[in-house]
Amino acid sequence: MSLVDYAAAARRRVPAWRGLRWQPGLWLAWTVIAIAALSAIAPGVFTHFSPVEGIAGAQRLAPQADYWLGTDQLGRDVYTRIVYGASHSLSAALVAVAMGLFIGTATGVIAGAFAGRVESVLMRLVDVLLAIPSLLLSLTVIILLGFGTVNAAIAVGVASIASFARLARGEVVRIRHTDYVEAAFGSGGTFWTVLWRHILPNSLTAVLAFATLQFGQAILALSTLSFLGYGTPPPIPEWGLLIAEGRNYLSTAWWLTTFPGLVVIAVVLATNRISRQLSGGRP
Amino acid sequence: MTVLSVENLILSYRSGREWREVVHNVSFTLGRGEMLAFVGESGSGKTTTAQAIIGLLADNARRDGGSIRLNGEDLSQWSAKRLDSLRGARISLVPQDPGNSLNPVKTVGAQVGEILRLHQKIEKAECERQVLALLTKVGLSHPDQRMKQFPHQLSGGMKQRVLIAIAIALRPDVIIADEPTSALDVTVQKRILDLLDVLRRESGTAVLFVTHDLALAAQRADRLLVFRNGEVQEHGATADVVRAPQHAYTRQLLSDVQGQRLTIAPVSGRSLASPAIQAIGISKRFALGKGHQLQALDNVSFAVQRGSTHALVGESGSGKTTLARILLGFEQANSGQVIIDDINATTLSHEARRQLRQKIQFVYQNPFASLDPRQTLFQIIEEPLKNFARLSKAECAARVENVTRRVALPPELLTRTARELSGGQRQRVAIARALILEPTILVLDEATSALDVTVQAQILALLQQLQQQLGLTYLFITHDLATVRRIAHSVTVLRSGNVVEHGTVDTLFSAPQDDYTRELIAAIPHFSQKEYA
Repeated sequence: MSLVDYAAAARRRVPAWRGLRWQPGLWLAWTVIAIAALSAIAPGVFTHFSPVEGIAGAQRLAPQADYWLGTDQLGRDVYTRIVYGASHSLSAALVAVAMGLFIGTATGVIAGAFAGRVESVLMRLVDVLLAIPSLLLSLTVIILLGFGTVNAAIAVGVASIASFARLARGEVVRIRHTDYVEAAFGSGGTFWTVLWRHILPNSLTAVLAFATLQFGQAILALSTLSFLGYGTPPPIPEWGLLIAEGRNYLSTAWWLTTFPGLVVIAVVLATNRISRQLSGGRP
Repeated sequence: MTVLSVENLILSYRSGREWREVVHNVSFTLGRGEMLAFVGESGSGKTTTAQAIIGLLADNARRDGGSIRLNGEDLSQWSAKRLDSLRGARISLVPQDPGNSLNPVKTVGAQVGEILRLHQKIEKAECERQVLALLTKVGLSHPDQRMKQFPHQLSGGMKQRVLIAIAIALRPDVIIADEPTSALDVTVQKRILDLLDVLRRESGTAVLFVTHDLALAAQRADRLLVFRNGEVQEHGATADVVRAPQHAYTRQLLSDVQGQRLTIAPVSGRSLASPAIQAIGISKRFALGKGHQLQALDNVSFAVQRGSTHALVGESGSGKTTLARILLGFEQANSGQVIIDDINATTLSHEARRQLRQKIQFVYQNPFASLDPRQTLFQIIEEPLKNFARLSKAECAARVENVTRRVALPPELLTRTARELSGGQRQRVAIARALILEPTILVLDEATSALDVTVQAQILALLQQLQQQLGLTYLFITHDLATVRRIAHSVTVLRSGNVVEHGTVDTLFSAPQDDYTRELIAAIPHFSQKEYA
């Protein structure tokens, strides 16, 4: 879904909860996100193994009754590691999206609201950011900042600022030219009151829906960085890192990469689905 | 001879999982060369019925019963594919909005040629010859050049002529004209309908004319079918319906259309006092790029007496909306002065201009776009108050309720959002918002033209009542001279940025001085019950 589709879909404004009963896909998506969020908050509820300490003599066991998703080369339960990894992956993604959302939206709103030279300067900067491939940009930032979970999150967040700014500016410009904004000026509103009462609330619907979509993207981007070795250091069980560690044993222990991979896919798809619901698109 | 006969047609729309019947048991016949008008408000089922006849119902609609016969054949049993061969050839459609109905990337000639080549095998040269003949027939100027042009190079009226050329290309038995002129200026509307009349007489094509404008239908059609809530209220020859309407609803529509004069003598006794609005020599140019300029307003002057209604009349592009925006301070004039309530508004600071808004307020044409969809009605109406006065919550609420009652809106609606209201209710909200600051001047930009006739009559009556109670001055901007005659005291007629004529309503209508004014007055659809008596 492109940015333009996003803005257009948000404009359709189907009430978010209408017809929820008839959309099993949506229920599934919310369930996936709820489970992921719970495992991030209270991983101990889901498993009694340790995510870091291996069990002696239980190296690289295939999925079985005791170890649901098998064990890795150090005898650690893969299921446990995925559960504990949720908190790292999700919180990092949250930080990344929050950065893009706040800095990007602020840039876009300022550009859209103060047309003229401010807008030209800001939007050309955004164009420069957009011209650089996002992975390259993330890598550059992380090499400047140093490796680590938080730095990886910042790197991913920086890469998404440009798209948030673009979307927010577009929406603000659209809302600024509606009759009701002119009517608000006509009834004596000052620039700030109109911005606060009409322009911001009406333009942020699309931006918030886009943020949900971006959450899934951020999980993918963070996993990519960890996979390449720039993100969270071992032995912390971050999802991307789990996949990276398992790839050496792909021929003998397929479960090491497959299950973390499936979890990432499930969470990303779920956020995409929820994002579409928020923006009022069709199921 | 009957061409089209529809019997007991029942149509439904799906909403959620349920089917809701929207057209109930509609029956009528249409004879050769006859013009039958479907008249009704928006949502009355007239367009849905027309769509069913041509087999173009929306995806969420279905036919639940009844038959549609064209020359005796029952179309309702036909497959979609078989209907394709019929559309354009035997039944054709003239759509509502000429601006959106032509393909922007194909030339006009190619689009007229398309229908000829779809239904018959002809040579390219022969096709071009026929296209040229058709464009000549519908009265397009320079048809040989026009056929190589793209839709954006034509005006609205020319585009509608092209669409009519497409509709008549294969000499269909029936043409369905769905509000064919409602997007056009009055003078263009008259010419387009005259053209349809001529074509109908020449070729004996029957026309099904769908419109919300009873005056227009009464003037043009042989028979009328009045729709309300999906039911036929009245059906008969135009003369009979107009002379002796059987149904209360038809009677109401007729009286709303004929519109007794609503105006009373200007309220203010101080007729010698200074005018409420004075525009002196206003000129405005827009740059079109490459050094071209558009002179939107050229040395326009007029004055509005306190407590009276002044109408600014003109067709699209005449500069009437630009002039209103200059008066309100949304645009700056290149030269000239605006004096509002004895204050020279041309030289004001930003803050002083904001303060002036307490005296002059604005009501927009489209009540669907001028209210913030996220706010409740209470927030919408309260907002102007918050901009100027620091009032306690209770005081605010009291004033909002007071003004809500003035515009005859039920106070329990105040917690709703604008989305849940009808067009007429929304326009009342917009008027309430404009009135809460107790201004002396209200500028109304086509404030009633997006509304159904009955609602329009109610809003006009409300405006008139408010003027009497509050001594308001109205500047009424419109293209609709019929409304002007009902509500205004004085008129200024604008044409491409120039004042053509100026005067009181009585002198303007009884003795128009300018040709253009005469043309405008002649284009008003008119009929009177006396004519048929």
